[in-house]
Order: sequence, then C-alpha cells, then structure tokens
Amino acid sequence: MNLNILWFILIAVLYIGFFILEGFDFGVGILLPFMGKAGGGASADTMRRTMINTIGPHWDGNEVWLLAAGGATFAAFPLWYATMFSGFYLPFFLLLVALIIRGIAFEFRSKDDNPKWRALWDGCMFLGSLFAPFLLGVAFSNLVRGVPIDDQMLYAGGFLYLLNPYALLGGVTVVMVCVLHGAIFLSMKTTEVLRERVHKIIPGLWVVSVVLAVIFLIATFFSTGISDKPGILAWVVPIACALALLAAGYFIRRKREGWAFGMTALTLALVVVMFFVILYPNVMISTGPGPSLTIYNASSAPYTLKVLTTVAVILLPIVMAYQAWTYWVFRKRIETKADTLIY
Amino acid sequence: MDPLILARFQFASTTVYHFFFVPLTLGLSVLVAVMETLYVATGQEVYKRMTRFWGKLFLINFAMGVVTGIVQEFQFGMNWSEYSRFVGDVIGAPLAIEILLAFFIESIFLGVWIFGWDKLSKGMHAAAIWLVAIASTLSAYWILVANSFMQEPVGYAVLPDGGLVMTNFFTLLTNPHVWHQFPHVVLAGFTTAAFFVMGISAYHLLRKNEPDFFQRSFKMAAIVGVAATIGVGLVGHAQGQYLVEVQPMKIAASEGLWDSEDPAAFSVLIIPDMTNRRNTLDIRIPGMLSFIMYNKFTGEVKGINEMQTEYETTHGPGNYIPPVPILFIALRTMVGIGFLIIFMTLYALIFMVIRRRYDQGAIILKAFTLAIALPYIANTGGWMLTEVGRFPWTVYGLIRLDESVSPVVSAGMLLTSLVGYVVVYGLLIVTTVYLLGKYARAGPAAADVSGVLQPEKED
Ligand code: HDD
Ligand code: HEM
Ligand code: HEM
Repeated sequence: MNLNILWFILIAVLYIGFFILEGFDFGVGILLPFMGKAGGGASADTMRRTMINTIGPHWDGNEVWLLAAGGATFAAFPLWYATMFSGFYLPFFLLLVALIIRGIAFEFRSKDDNPKWRALWDGCMFLGSLFAPFLLGVAFSNLVRGVPIDDQMLYAGGFLYLLNPYALLGGVTVVMVCVLHGAIFLSMKTTEVLRERVHKIIPGLWVVSVVLAVIFLIATFFSTGISDKPGILAWVVPIACALALLAAGYFIRRKREGWAFGMTALTLALVVVMFFVILYPNVMISTGPGPSLTIYNASSAPYTLKVLTTVAVILLPIVMAYQAWTYWVFRKRIETKADTLIY
Repeated sequence: MDPLILARFQFASTTVYHFFFVPLTLGLSVLVAVMETLYVATGQEVYKRMTRFWGKLFLINFAMGVVTGIVQEFQFGMNWSEYSRFVGDVIGAPLAIEILLAFFIESIFLGVWIFGWDKLSKGMHAAAIWLVAIASTLSAYWILVANSFMQEPVGYAVLPDGGLVMTNFFTLLTNPHVWHQFPHVVLAGFTTAAFFVMGISAYHLLRKNEPDFFQRSFKMAAIVGVAATIGVGLVGHAQGQYLVEVQPMKIAASEGLWDSEDPAAFSVLIIPDMTNRRNTLDIRIPGMLSFIMYNKFTGEVKGINEMQTEYETTHGPGNYIPPVPILFIALRTMVGIGFLIIFMTLYALIFMVIRRRYDQGAIILKAFTLAIALPYIANTGGWMLTEVGRFPWTVYGLIRLDESVSPVVSAGMLLTSLVGYVVVYGLLIVTTVYLLGKYARAGPAAADVSGVLQPEKED
C-alpha cells in the first residue's frame, strides 16, 4: 500500500471519528427543543441544561475531528481541498455559520438567565446542529454522485447544481441517523423523566431512519458508480450498513442501550466507508468536461506525505487514548437536578 | 466589485477578528493555570476564587477564539484556492500538525477543566488547564510556521512544471522568521492578558471591592506585564533589524523611505504621495533609522524605489510597492503603544506592587482600565504591518495575491459571505463585550456560585 492510499484511508478514518462522535452531539442538539420540556418537577430550562451537560465536556473535542479531516485534506491532497472548498463555497459558508452559532451557544447560553436569552441560544444550538450534518451529507452525496469539473481542476457547476434530489436525500438521511444516534446517547446518559421521554421516541426515530436509509442506499445504486465497483465491495458495505441499523433496532427492543449505540455508530461509520469506497481511487468524481481528481493527481509530493505519516502515526493513537479517557471520566449519568448541574 | 478586493477584505477582517481573541487566550490561559497551581500548592481559597473568576472570563473569550478559528481553516480553500493548490504541499503540513498536536489537546482538556471540578483530584484538574495553556502556545507556533513560510519561504523547491514542494521539513520548522514571530506573538499574548487583568483589577480597586483579591490579581499581572512588554519590544526590535535584510521593501514602505540612504533618517511624520513616489511632507531625525537598524549612526537602508527596480529585474514589470500610509501608521501605532505600555507596567510594578500602594488616584486606576484596549490595537497594527507589507505577494517572491484568489468564487458569492460574516461577527462581538463586561464588573462573587445552575444576578 502506498502513502496516497494510506492518506485516503486516514481521511476516511477522521470522518468516521467525526460522524460517530459529533453525530450524537448534533443529535442531542436537534432534540433539545423537543425533549427539553418541563416535567417531573423539573423546569424546561433544567431539562435542557441536563441534555446539554451530557455533551458539554465533549462536543468541542468531537468537532476537532472535522477540522482534522479538513486539515489532512489540505496537507495530503491540496488540490482536492482547493477544488472542493472553493467549489462548494456557499454550502461551506453556511456550514461555518452553523458551526459558529452552535459552538458559541454552548458557552453563552448559561451566562444570562433571561428566558429570551436562553431561547435565542437554544435556537442557535438547534439550527446549528441541524444544518451542519445536513450540509455535510449534501456535500458527501455530491462527491460520490460526481460534479462537473473543468480541465483546470475547477468546479464548473453552480450552487443549485448541488441541490439535486439525491444529495438532499443524503443530507436528510445523515441528519436522521444522527438524531437516532443522539437519542440513544441521551438514553444512556440521563435519568428518570428525561430518560423515559427519550425511550418513548427512539422506536419511532428508528423506523424513520430505516426507511430513509433504505431509500438512500437504493438511490445510491442508481445515482452513483457503486455498481461498477468490484462485486463484493459494491454490495457488502451498503448491506452491512443496513444490517447495522437493523441490529440497532433489535437492541433498542431488548433495552440494550450500549449495544444500540454501538450499532448506530457502526451505521454512521459504514456510511462513510461506503462514500469512500465509491470515491476510490478518485477524490472528486468529474462528470466532465475535465478529468476526475484522484489520490494521485491531487496529492502532495511523497516527501510531504512521509512527514505527515510519521506525525499522524504517532499522534493519532495518543489523541484517541486521551479522548477515550475523558469519556471514562464523564461516564456517569447526568441527573436532572437543578442544584447539581455544573455550569 | 473586484473579487480580489472582496476576498482580501474578507480574509483580513475575519483574521484580525480571530486575532482579537487569540492573544488573550495565549496569555490568560497561563495566568489562570498559575493561579490554580497556587491554589493546589497553598490550599488558599483566594486562589481558587481567582481561578474561577478569571477562568470564567477566559472561557467566554476562548469560545470566540474557537468558532472564529474554524472559519480561518476553511477560508484558505474557499477564497484562496489557487494559493492552496500552489502551497498546499508545504503549508498543509504545519496546519494539519497544529490540529493533531494542539487543537485536540486544547478542546478536549478544556472540556475536562470546565466540567471536571468535582470529578478529578485538584492536581489533575490543574494539569488540565496547563495542558490547554501549553497547547495554545504550541498551536501559535505551528500556525506561525505557516505564516513565516509565506513571509520568507524556506525548505522548498519549485518543480519544472511550476509546482511547489517541501524538501526539508526541519528547515521549515527552524525558519529564522518564525523564531522572531513566535516569541513576539506569545509575548504580545502575555501583554494582552496582563493588561486585561490589570485593567479589570484597577476597576475594582477603585471601588474598594474585594481589595485582597484584586491586589493579588493586579500584582501577578503587573509582574508578568513588565517582562512581557519589555520582551515584546526587544523581540520586535530584533524583528525589525532582521526584516531590513529579508524584507527590505516592507521596512522601506513602513518608514516611507523612497530613496536609499546612508546614513538613513527616521521619519516622524510623513504625507506620502503614492503616485509620484515621494513624500509631500517629511519630518525626519537624521541618522536615526540607521541607528535603529544597525545600532550605529551609519549604514544603508534601501529605499522603495531601489527595491521596486530590483524586483522588476528579478520578477518582471509590475507594482511591488505596498501601501505606504497603512504600513507607516501600523508600525508607529504598534511601537508607540509598545513604549507607552512599558512605562505603564513599570509604574504599576514600582509604585503600586513594590510599594504596596494600590489606593492610587482615580485617574491612574481609570487609565489602567482604559489601557485594556492598547494591546488589542497594537496586535492589529502588528498584523497589518506583517500582512499588508507582504504586498503584492501571498508567498514572498513565489505567488502574488492576484494569482492566489479562487477563480470560481464570484463577487456575488463573496459579497454574500462577507455580509454574512459582518452580521454574525458583529452581533457576536456586541454579545461578547456585553458578557465580558457583565462578569468583569460583577466581580468574583458571581463566579463563586456560577459553577452551579442558579439564577445569576446582575450586579
Ligand atoms: C498566534 C497565534 C494564532 C494565529 C496567528 C492564528 N491562530 Fe487560530 N487559534 C489560536 C492561535 C492562533 C489559539 C490560541 O490556539 C486558538 C484560540 C482559541 C483556541 O481554541 O485556540 C485558535 C483557534 C483556532 C481554531 C479552532 C480550534 C478549535 O476548534 O479548538 C482554528 C481552526 C484555527 N485557530 C485556525 C487558524 C488559522 C487557519 C489561522 C491563520 C489564518 C489562525 N488560526 C491564526
Ligand atoms: C498562518 C497564518 C496566516 C496565513 C497563512 C495568512 C494568509 C493570508 C492570506 C492568504 C492573505 C490574503 C492576501 C492579502 O490580502 O494580503 C492574508 C491577508 C491578511 N492577513 Fe494573513 N495570514 C495568516 C495569519 C494572519 C493573522 C493571524 C493575522 C492577524 C490577525 C493576519 C492578518 C492579515 C491581514 C490584515 C491581511 C490583509 C492584507 C491585505 O489586504 O493586503 N494574517 N493573510
Ligand atoms: C515596542 C516595540 C515594538 C516593536 C519594535 C515591534 C516590531 C514589530 C515588527 C517589526 C513587526 C513586523 C514583523 C513582520 O512583518 O514579520 C511586528 C509584528 C507584530 N507585532 Fe510588534 N513590535 C512592538 C510592540 C508590539 C506590541 C506592544 C504588540 C502587542 C501587544 C505587538 C504585536 C505584534 C503582532 C501581533 C505582530 C504580527 C506578528 C508578527 O509578525 O510577529 N508588537 N512587530
């Protein structure tokens, strides 16, 4: 295996890390207005604070996986970075706005107790959590579907080109799986009223996720080049993805939250794997008039890749280790009691 | 409108905005870490309260640093795709390493620090903020490696097809340019934090509010401040002397020196005329510029016209003259503030800390509060000098600004995003200033309880 392939895989790994981790905190953010209602003696605000505290210590570290994926793309495949980020200018601008308002909401929300103030930042958290995975889903779906690229390696479609039904479906599906993933995470991290409330909606969320995912996987066969891939790859990954989601349903019924969470994580991981299988050996599939960007014609030179590989091989395991440690530190459920909620 | 102008304006404004929050993060993280270490070492409650209070202000600022930083990382590709294509092989590496090495530590251990008060031992908790502080400084180093490459490319080769590749990573990391920039920026960060802490402490000292708490805070900041302000000036001076050799055009333009001179005079005030390439007004001190640059009253400083001719022969016809007025003002603002704040920190140290006379007159204490703004202005001036002085290059001598911009991004799209940033950033800065003001004024009492979800009362 050469370094170009290795970096293609590493970027996939970074996106997998991102979708698994930030996936649930996006989900919690989307559920905030729906689950964060008064009940069991706790006010709506306390409910929301409880929900936010389940992801409070983690969301920023989770988000850095996205930055790392972007940074690795810049370093290992600068031409991919240049073509995609300038080509998808407006969606990425909206993504940035979503990440800004969401990120700042975590810090600012608790800094004033005016109900309007709280409602404002809750709204920002909801919208940011909704649009960020949606836009990333749209971007990835377009990558695998193919976009017009000219012979200068420049994106040649407009903004509207990106808003095709397949990509929109991809965006909605990613959002839905994140919501399910987040709901299961909440059920693992909360107690009493809030937990029961989440338990009630999970089966419904699961049904919707399965329906969307199946439609999206089928659409993928018709809208992308996946069927041209060597036999097993074309079938194995999407089927495994569907099975993981079905297995999540099984564990939900058996009330095995940890396992169910593992399965939605696996689903998200396999979606990313599927995207990268379809792409390989391209990084941006061209529908014309120019050639596609590949892991060879868009990459950095061998020396740079060697430097990057050395650094990443040392650092990535360390990062994973201390990040895992923080999940262990904050492993306890968060109780919905106003006077014990830190922050 | 010209997309290039819009792209430049957008990059400049979003980056300067990001850099409003960065220096305070760099300095205040260390101060808070020291406070918490003192708490762990001495067990005195006042240090815990200091950690809490200054930590709260730190967090509000930090959050803004994070969200505006994400924009920076995306912008290279979005607005400067041709630049990214060209330099990605070299610049991508330090940026990627910055993320893996620094941002992960910063964001993960900050989460631990915020939510871990009752989950970790005291020592471990203090270790978390130290990790955040160290990682912030590391991140500054890596980003400045990238920026220094753009000022002074090293460790690269240009391929026959025009592509740029890295040939020596170590040379890139030991770029002499970064060993000027990095200490200057870090010390500027300490300066910013010192004035922030002194200013807010002075506000409370004036009101006789918790004297012990704010005297200790003021003292710590004043000591750090003296070292940092003198240090930032000394490094800056070395930086100027270094630039005369590696970026003579930048120095000539920031001095408004059109023709080479030996000995060179220092201009106190000029009115430059860019079209006729001369100054219509020029008040100068003979020999002074040579002295600043070479520590003696002789020595040639190259002028703008000579550099223009030289660049035309080496790089072809074109305009290589950066906007003189901006650079002239940026440099003098920064250096002027540099001298002013050295005097202020010395005053604070000698007349307040050493003599234990914190009950200064209202004018003095108010001056310290207002002086919070000074490092911010100096920081912005410094970056204007550094970046505008690079004109017309994006990477010195290798790629120009007009060759760097994204061809597929239209003026309309740029205008859309620019308006978006102006609105979002505008609302956020108002909110941030409101919150910082509110918590700074409320004093430590509010921070004592705010670890717990309770209605936080306005003072
Ligand atoms: C001298 C220091 C310095 C400079 C010149 C810059 N930054 Fe910065 N940046 C920091 C020092 C810093 C920091 C102190 O490390 C921050 C502030 C808050 C934080 O989390 O880290 C940060 C945050 C920060 C983040 C968010 C990290 C997170 O989510 O935790 C990103 C993506 C960037 N920066 C990227 C950039 C880029 C692409 C820059 C160039 C234009 C840039 N920064 C200039
Ligand atoms: C690695 C770090 C940095 C890189 C790679 C970088 C890169 C660039 C690029 C590509 C431009 C656009 C070209 C131009 O208009 O000059 C620019 C402009 C600018 N940057 Fe930086 N920059 C960095 C850090 C900073 C920081 C931290 C600041 C300060 C806050 C800053 C301030 C500016 C300013 C003021 C301009 C506008 C100059 C002009 O319009 O001529 N830069 N920089
Ligand atoms: C007192 C005398 C000072 C001198 C002689 C000085 C000198 C310089 C010089 C020559 C540069 C340009 C470097 C380049 O273009 O590469 C610079 C940049 C800068 N200065 Fe200063 N400076 C002084 C004080 C300050 C102060 C007080 C601050 C802030 C608190 C500050 C913050 C900066 C920043 C942020 C930059 C841009 C980053 C860099 O290029 O290092 N400076 N300074």
